[in-house]
Amino acid sequence: MTTHDRIQAVSRRGFLEGIFSAGALIIGATPAALLAGEADKAAWHPSVYLGLQKDGTVIIVAHRSEMGTGIRSVLPVIVADELEADWAKVKIEQAVGDEKYGSQNTDGSCSIRDFAEAMHTAGASARMVLERAAAQKWGVPVAQVKAANHFVTGPAGQKAGYGELVEIAAKLPLPKAAEVKRKDPATYRYIGKELPTIDRDNLVMGKGTFGYDAEMPGMVYAAIERPPVMGATLASVDDSEAKKVAGVKQTVKLDGLTQPYLFQALGGVAVIADNTWSAFEGRKKLKATWNHGPNAAYDSEAYKAKLLETAAKPQKVVRKAGDVDAVFAKGGKTHEASYYVPLLAHAAMEPPAAVASFENGKVITHAPTQNPQAVQEAVSAALGMKKQDVICHVTLLGGGFGRKSKPDYVVEAAKLSKAVGKPVKVVWNREDDLRFDYFHSVAGMYMKAAIGADGQPTAWLQRSVFPSIGNMFAKDSKYGADFEMGMGWIDNPFSIANFRAENGPADCHVRIGWMRSVSHVYHAFATHSFVDELAAQANADRVNYYMKLIGAGRVIDADIVKQGALHKPDKRFPIDTARLRRVLEVCASRSNWANKKSGGGKGYGIVAHRSFLSYIAAMVEVEVDSAGKVKIPRVTYAIDPGRVINPDRVKSQFEGAAVFGTSIAMLGEMTAKGGVIQQKNFDTYPVARIDEAPRVVDVHIVPSSAPPAGVGEPGVPPIAPALCNAIFAATGKRIRELPLRKAKLV
Amino acid sequence: MISLKVNGVDRNFDGSPDMPLLWYLRDVLKLTGTKFSCGQGLCGACTVHINGAAMRSCVTPMKAAAGKSITTIEGLSANGDHPVQKAWKDVNVPQCGYCQPGQIMQAASLLKKTPKPTDAQIDSAMRGNICRCGTYPRIRTAIQLAAKVMA
Repeated sequence: MTTHDRIQAVSRRGFLEGIFSAGALIIGATPAALLAGEADKAAWHPSVYLGLQKDGTVIIVAHRSEMGTGIRSVLPVIVADELEADWAKVKIEQAVGDEKYGSQNTDGSCSIRDFAEAMHTAGASARMVLERAAAQKWGVPVAQVKAANHFVTGPAGQKAGYGELVEIAAKLPLPKAAEVKRKDPATYRYIGKELPTIDRDNLVMGKGTFGYDAEMPGMVYAAIERPPVMGATLASVDDSEAKKVAGVKQTVKLDGLTQPYLFQALGGVAVIADNTWSAFEGRKKLKATWNHGPNAAYDSEAYKAKLLETAAKPQKVVRKAGDVDAVFAKGGKTHEASYYVPLLAHAAMEPPAAVASFENGKVITHAPTQNPQAVQEAVSAALGMKKQDVICHVTLLGGGFGRKSKPDYVVEAAKLSKAVGKPVKVVWNREDDLRFDYFHSVAGMYMKAAIGADGQPTAWLQRSVFPSIGNMFAKDSKYGADFEMGMGWIDNPFSIANFRAENGPADCHVRIGWMRSVSHVYHAFATHSFVDELAAQANADRVNYYMKLIGAGRVIDADIVKQGALHKPDKRFPIDTARLRRVLEVCASRSNWANKKSGGGKGYGIVAHRSFLSYIAAMVEVEVDSAGKVKIPRVTYAIDPGRVINPDRVKSQFEGAAVFGTSIAMLGEMTAKGGVIQQKNFDTYPVARIDEAPRVVDVHIVPSSAPPAGVGEPGVPPIAPALCNAIFAATGKRIRELPLRKAKLV
Repeated sequence: MISLKVNGVDRNFDGSPDMPLLWYLRDVLKLTGTKFSCGQGLCGACTVHINGAAMRSCVTPMKAAAGKSITTIEGLSANGDHPVQKAWKDVNVPQCGYCQPGQIMQAASLLKKTPKPTDAQIDSAMRGNICRCGTYPRIRTAIQLAAKVMA
């Protein structure tokens, strides 16, 4: 196994030419963990680029997309700190999509996890080569010079700015990977500090450029009437009234898509206009009829009944220990329950939009995308061109949550630009965004436990059924994909001798896609609601009950593998139940759990869940008024995401996750009739507003020396179950179906 | 012809009087700090001040803006130093930032009318502004901070 990051000087020729000036010292690095298979490739593709210009400016290329996590500021902080750079002299350049960066897919809470180490190595190597350059310049041993805050100083009071040393440094070899000496963490100046992001000041002045703000000279605007049912085809269109709208120039028919759906454009009829409003108005005047096709049979109520029916019957085993059936057959005390989480939409504040120009066989696009290389792939496939001929500039994203890693809207812009011979900006409205989402999967779960004398489960059966994201990549993917099973299902950390996880088949009638914390949303809801039901029956303190259920601190990967789970744990990040116990302990102590007494309209719920390799416990406090309406005065998190680079941005992700989780628990549901999605805007698809969101969100970061893990998503899964458990504690009412709005609790 | 003032500058518009002010600001004047999100006055991302009051520009037709004085986020302060903007920076409110111009315009209008808002007054003034990233706890803190500074 490779143990060192790969690092070396690189040429500024080619795609780096626009970023760095001539004579700059440019260093590329690839994280050790991502080097597997690298030897097979002809060319080395570093993910991290750091350049020192002759004027002393440090340029760091951000190859991850900025959708609100602060990632394009936080990763460079590591380089700057290791380099002993002055943060004020650091410039961040947003990378275009290019496979030379390795994966740029900003998804799965993995940016810090995958790239922090290489950032350390790149920064430290650059610092060392600058020190060597200074030592050479002054003719002194390198041990006698020291880099600090953008200068290197020597033994006789010599002092040189980084810029002055670039020319010499660029000719020196970089330190070998094994020689790279990182800073002592005690001397960090930026890591671990709450530095503001580079975008903050622009954002409060309305100056950030989002996809919806992007422009190209001579561009026109396009609004698209898309097939109302997945896979429907256009039967007829009358555009005569649309063309009478002032500002409308023409209409263009777009072909429908074929299986597998991937990130293809949905097709439909586009109205091209000289401003956004005219495009929207013209589109309203289109008279289109459709052949709805087989998905017109999709009715979300009937579909729900079928999911729960499937979940009630034996299904495919995805992990198995001991003999659950034998324990159930003994006829002792058992408990069972079914849970349901509906179809959900991402509903980022910025609806999808992109501008693209097709010219001379090339496409240039500016898009709010989580994955610019997926843009290159999808656009080139749609237009029959080479990936390299699609240049994707990444704008700021007005929220992503997984939606904007699927670039169907960019494909639309590129196809339309080719059709009309001008740059085209495709604008989605809120109705488009909700109706044509890659929805978060609807899911039904069935749980059954046999209960021992101490109230703890002696056997545990869990069964989940949902339409898989796999359907987007292969037609009729009836069962959950391995990665979906690995999210809060087969990675269950409980210490139960007889355990079986199952997964049943489901049809797919809409586009399904990953949304913030993905399958953890429904798996955690069922798992932790059921734990609370068992603990309630045992009349046990919830924290004590969890501790017994989790069992002694241990690494459980080998057990899971032995039990035949398809999705193997990540070797770099073993499932360590001691860390799960620790966050639960800290959460209990910080939330004063031992003294919280539910009753009198108040209730408290607590949940511990591992996701995206991070360990999270959340305590949710509720107040239920005399009309039965729920408020959330406080959420207390204790988190162990490994080493933390910027505590403020970590906390902000959990604050936001508490609100996102509240929207899921209390408000969100997409439904379909005749295959047509019924919700069109925030009136029918409500998301949490300031008075519905948790009033206070406390985030306690448990100090950890473990490698950095996920932060963007792991705050979401515990919220819905902890909230429902708190409502049970306050009212005795058990919620097994989301959202609470349907039980008139909002 | 519709005449109006935008960020202190006199403007004339000869397009459709039904065009929402939002699209005039964004597509014609290129003042893109005011954002589009719901198009129906349900989310507050498009909030501007019309004669000093916070309004949703996505449902305000140009004919209703005639003769009025409009302030957008670009006109709230020259350098981002309005007390509300300063508080937003002090508390590090923005995540993605898309809704924040609307939140800031709404908060500035609240504090003008109600210099010391209670929690309930903050709820009622701000509940029309959605933030999907979930910055609400910090928005509340920033409004309280700005109120203190402005007092």
